[in-house]
Amino acid sequence: MTKITFVEANGTIHETDVENGTSVMEAAIQNSVPGITAECGGACTCATCHVYVDEKWREKVGAPSDMEEDMLDFAFEVKPSSRLSCQILVNDDFDGLVIKIPEQQG
Amino acid sequence: MSNPEIQTDVVIIGAGPIGLFAVFELGLLDLKCHLIDILDRPGGQCAELYPQKPIYDIPGFPVISGQELTDNLMKQIEPFDPQFHFSRMIENIEKTEDGDFLVTDDEGQVFKCRIVVIAAGGGSFQPKRPPVADIEVFEGSSVFYAVRRMEEFADHDVVIVGGGDSALDWVLSLQPIVRSMTLVHRRDNFRAAPASVGKMKALVDQGKMQLILGQIGELSGEGANLTSMSIKTSEEEINIPVTRLLPFFGLTMKLGPVADWGLELNDNLISVDTEKFESSVPGIFAIGDINHYPGKLKLILSGFHEAALMSQAAKKIIAPDERIIFQYTTSSTKLQKKLGVK
Repeated sequence: MTKITFVEANGTIHETDVENGTSVMEAAIQNSVPGITAECGGACTCATCHVYVDEKWREKVGAPSDMEEDMLDFAFEVKPSSRLSCQILVNDDFDGLVIKIPEQQG
Repeated sequence: MSNPEIQTDVVIIGAGPIGLFAVFELGLLDLKCHLIDILDRPGGQCAELYPQKPIYDIPGFPVISGQELTDNLMKQIEPFDPQFHFSRMIENIEKTEDGDFLVTDDEGQVFKCRIVVIAAGGGSFQPKRPPVADIEVFEGSSVFYAVRRMEEFADHDVVIVGGGDSALDWVLSLQPIVRSMTLVHRRDNFRAAPASVGKMKALVDQGKMQLILGQIGELSGEGANLTSMSIKTSEEEINIPVTRLLPFFGLTMKLGPVADWGLELNDNLISVDTEKFESSVPGIFAIGDINHYPGKLKLILSGFHEAALMSQAAKKIIAPDERIIFQYTTSSTKLQKKLGVK
């Protein structure tokens, strides 16, 4: 199990234990973390699971793929730390990862 | 201006996989269908969200893509000659005194039918509204999510936001008639066809329009009329004049007018029974992801089952005195005749 912390736009913190191989989006849904819609269910086709990766973790988590970058065009308030959480798969290296949730998925 | 009323047995709202399969089951019982969908093609979520994505839980298909499933269903229902009305949204359903329904779409087309089947999945796909304060104030007067009449943009300061084909196509089509054209996109990479991007960049080089790399900021105006907006670039926030704004941020599913049709709902889903999948209004059925009953699973295969049972109940409403003889397509010559294979 890997610890992932979600921080809502209003500052509310959710500490979760996530099984490796799960996507960050699935982890949020399974733990009832609000603010992630995931309309398409994780197919990288809707941009409603947009999150910001904490600055300290950006390098480790990595950059979005070209397809994900294209989908981020449909998100709002996109920042350099923006990712689609359905495209981040949890592994041991992410223990302690902090994910920030945007104010709105649009 | 509105077209003459269309008469049919069944109106199906939603041309996703479940709406399409309903045509098959209703067709075997000799019921004719018209289908209405807000998208411009059949397939619903399968076509819009998952065209190339594999689906693994359709019985008999270890793996099939959303587009293949849609194509197969279209082929399967061909013998029943369903009539499609795309890029339309049903706004109103009214029951007449003699028990028919008058179903009206957003272009004023009226369908008269005995049975309404709501197979609208997660609702209708509607343009994503940027989460900008007060944007709804300007919608319909200055902010549009589609171009219906190009004249509405003539001689205006037009700002288009987005980097896909819709955004680029409208930049190129509207640029000759507007007062000023600005394209706003968050990065210098476009999903649109490279040829369109090339044409757009040529216009920028000729000084005929501007391209700003940034994101939509705040809107301001007088009443419902937009006058200016701010754009956040990586360095600064700039203000530009705008009287027509076209944001293209893709589609999102909204329940839409379904909530206004007087049907009993359960958490925004239509409550149905599990014998007929009929809503609280007799003659209006709901199948697929849009319905709710104890134990409901939002699976395509569940929707197919619901379509079959719904069709039996619909037939009994349309032909109450006719005895329905249960038959298999494999062995019934009558059914095979309907399918055009005998």
